[in-house]
Amino acid sequence: MSPILLILGLAALSIGGFYAARARAVQLSGGDIRSLASLPGFYGQNAAYAALIPALALLALGGLMNRIARGSETFSFWNTLIESTPGLISYAALGASVLGLLLALRAVQPGFRSRVAAERWVLSLLIAAASIAIFTTAAIVLSMLFETQNFFSQYNWTEFLFGIKWAPDFRGNSSLGILPLLWGTLYISVVALLFAVPIGLFAAIYLSEYASTRTRAVAKPLLEILAGIPTIVYGLFALITVGPMVRDWLAQPLGLGSSGSSVLTAGVVMGIMLIPFVSSLSDDIINAVPQAMRDGSLGLGATKSETIRQVVIPAALPGIVGAVLLAASRAIGETMIVVLGAGAAAANLNEGLGEMINPFEAMTTVTVKIVSQLTGDTDFAAPETLVAFALGLTLFIVTLGLNVLALYIVRKYREQYE
Amino acid sequence: MTDATNLGPTASPARKGSLLVQDARTKKRNAAEARFKAYGVAAITVGVLALVILVTSILGNGLSSFKQTHLTMMIELPEAKLDKSGTRDLEVMKKVTTIGYAPLLSNALKAEMEANGIAIDGLSKKDIDNFISKEAPATLRNLVLADTSLVGQTVELKILVNGRIDGYYKGRVTAESALLDSNVSPQQLQLADALRDAGLLETAFNPGFLTMPDASDQRPEAAGLGVAILGSLYMMIVVLVLALPIGVAASIYLEEFAPKNRWTDLIEVNISNLAAVPSIVFGILGLAIFINFAGLRASAPIVGGLVLTLMTLPTIIISTRAALKSVPPSIRDAALGVGASKMQSVFHHVLPLAAPGILTGTIIGLAQALGETAPLLLIGMVAFVREYPAAYSEANGLFGEPSTALPVQVYNWTQRADPAFFERASGAIIVLLVFLLFMNAVAIYLRRRFERRW
Repeated sequence: MSPILLILGLAALSIGGFYAARARAVQLSGGDIRSLASLPGFYGQNAAYAALIPALALLALGGLMNRIARGSETFSFWNTLIESTPGLISYAALGASVLGLLLALRAVQPGFRSRVAAERWVLSLLIAAASIAIFTTAAIVLSMLFETQNFFSQYNWTEFLFGIKWAPDFRGNSSLGILPLLWGTLYISVVALLFAVPIGLFAAIYLSEYASTRTRAVAKPLLEILAGIPTIVYGLFALITVGPMVRDWLAQPLGLGSSGSSVLTAGVVMGIMLIPFVSSLSDDIINAVPQAMRDGSLGLGATKSETIRQVVIPAALPGIVGAVLLAASRAIGETMIVVLGAGAAAANLNEGLGEMINPFEAMTTVTVKIVSQLTGDTDFAAPETLVAFALGLTLFIVTLGLNVLALYIVRKYREQYE
Repeated sequence: MTDATNLGPTASPARKGSLLVQDARTKKRNAAEARFKAYGVAAITVGVLALVILVTSILGNGLSSFKQTHLTMMIELPEAKLDKSGTRDLEVMKKVTTIGYAPLLSNALKAEMEANGIAIDGLSKKDIDNFISKEAPATLRNLVLADTSLVGQTVELKILVNGRIDGYYKGRVTAESALLDSNVSPQQLQLADALRDAGLLETAFNPGFLTMPDASDQRPEAAGLGVAILGSLYMMIVVLVLALPIGVAASIYLEEFAPKNRWTDLIEVNISNLAAVPSIVFGILGLAIFINFAGLRASAPIVGGLVLTLMTLPTIIISTRAALKSVPPSIRDAALGVGASKMQSVFHHVLPLAAPGILTGTIIGLAQALGETAPLLLIGMVAFVREYPAAYSEANGLFGEPSTALPVQVYNWTQRADPAFFERASGAIIVLLVFLLFMNAVAIYLRRRFERRW
């Protein structure tokens, strides 16, 4: 049965059910609808939902089963079932629809509280929508776990976690150690945070403690524009403006490198992106510090900056740490800036410390390698492709850990002053 | 305070001298105060300056992509070359490929040079052939195939010139750099100047940048954003149609109905975590679930739309919940008081009052989705697509035809060798930013216009 026909059929049953149930309710009331427990329309709604929702759920379930069973030995009974009766799921859905409709029609009685029944259907839809968040997380974790497991069946996990060389080769014999990528990620993130945290923090302090209302009304939105700019724009900025600038003005005169893409380029541009992130979070937190604490300090004769440094910041510190952790998780997961600004060469961990910490050297990150291993023609049986899922899982775990920690710290702090 | 006596060496003894003269320590403290304040001003200046540099850099690099150098010339379309049979049969005429059309353009250019008395020493035949864009023969062929009556006539046409010549008028190529460049010769630049003096060559607004599909590596002058804009539009439709109802439904449940139990706690934790998951992880999810597991087609806007939907949902849910929360409980109580059910009070009263806030949040979520690049790279939207994707086709279903997206097109162009593509990439960013600016302006307008303070 064609899907369009099926949808039309279900829609017809549902709409027809609405009018039939409503008419029946009016008829049973003997023309005086005041004798009904609910308005006639609710009887109709209940029937319409009963004809539609279980059928759709059945369709979704059937489709899911089909995908799971495809090519699987354990579910071969399902495959033979589907093959022996084509259109089984469609007919089952139609059957469920008719059945639901009949049951709903039978339930139409003057004393039947159809408003409650109809709203129960709506509530089930609302719950389903809310549960999508859980299914998304589950899908993320499961899809990555599954492919990571495939990867570890082909590649030794200790070599992945502790290998100091990253050299994928699609002809085989690759070295897929994650350490060079982690080092690159960490290094770039640290540079970005070194740039973003002082600027963001001072901007937040100035905006919340010193700035006049008018300055604040202008400066805060301007800074927040930075947060609304897509990362690809920052990437392009790194590639065509900052990269050449760093190379021509810093790296080459200092004789430290000649690469247009470098740790410093990616770090600084990422730092710019993170400024509003740090500043608006810290701003909220600083504003949450009770005015009485400031007044007490000022009353003792401290200057404004002394108050901020010795009273406000220590009080807001847990929140600020939380904001920095969130920014760090952002930096670690950032992709486009590093793809365009940091280069594709993995760090060389066995060529001495100088090579490792040169900020003018191109260096790559976990996210860049996920992109490069998964774009283009990919062979999902090769460890060189599957490693991307292991990298993704690592990234997911690290950022999740940082987020949970940050939220925990922020929440714990907030409770103190409310 | 037991340590009040332990004031340390900084505690000054009884003050001597005038109160109007600051002592050394006060001066120091005031200087520290001024310094501290200056740091704050500096931090804000750096932030704003970064924004200004970013915008000027993009505008400076990209504005020129909205202009393109065209050559206007009379082109002869001889029947002997284009339709030997003379039947005007389309099938027969299609056998003449673009290679058959290219000499017509070169001949037309030579004729124009003669008519205007342009002669340049050392200008080779290859220089003349390459002066015209490689895209131009295809344009001409499509024109002729669309209107066969043109064969045998001489038509006046505006055609694209080579990207390097275009770059000459945008400052990318100079006579010196042309000497070192195998793709352009100084003679060609002289020819360009002569043609410009004759009024044939002009650099004018280029609508093709917004409408034409992407072009291959060799012809940056013909590359446009048509397919990318269409692909982004399709994805935004998918996101809007899916994320708005699902997000609103989820928020209503969580804000109005959810009992405090494990399941709802789990949902809450998941939503706040999903909002902070790196976008690339959603790309992996899309690749593993929608393409490998569900068997949807890579590069299709529907897959991109689904991935972006999952990504935007947390944003929409968070802002919708804030909007629902801001509706005062007295509204709900009044509705319940006159006999409405809880569901009725929400759908008839709370939701309409929260609508402006929900819309604002949705638009901001959409703007975020529009600029997202990383997940789309993984689901194959980097592919080189020249065909305009149809919204529906029998073979591929709804939004199933391969396509690309605005931010991905930017990435794609940055990976090409010709610097002319960098100009295009910056131009595409300007288009993207204009869309984002528009969406945010609408969101701000809605908020200002409809927001109610209770």
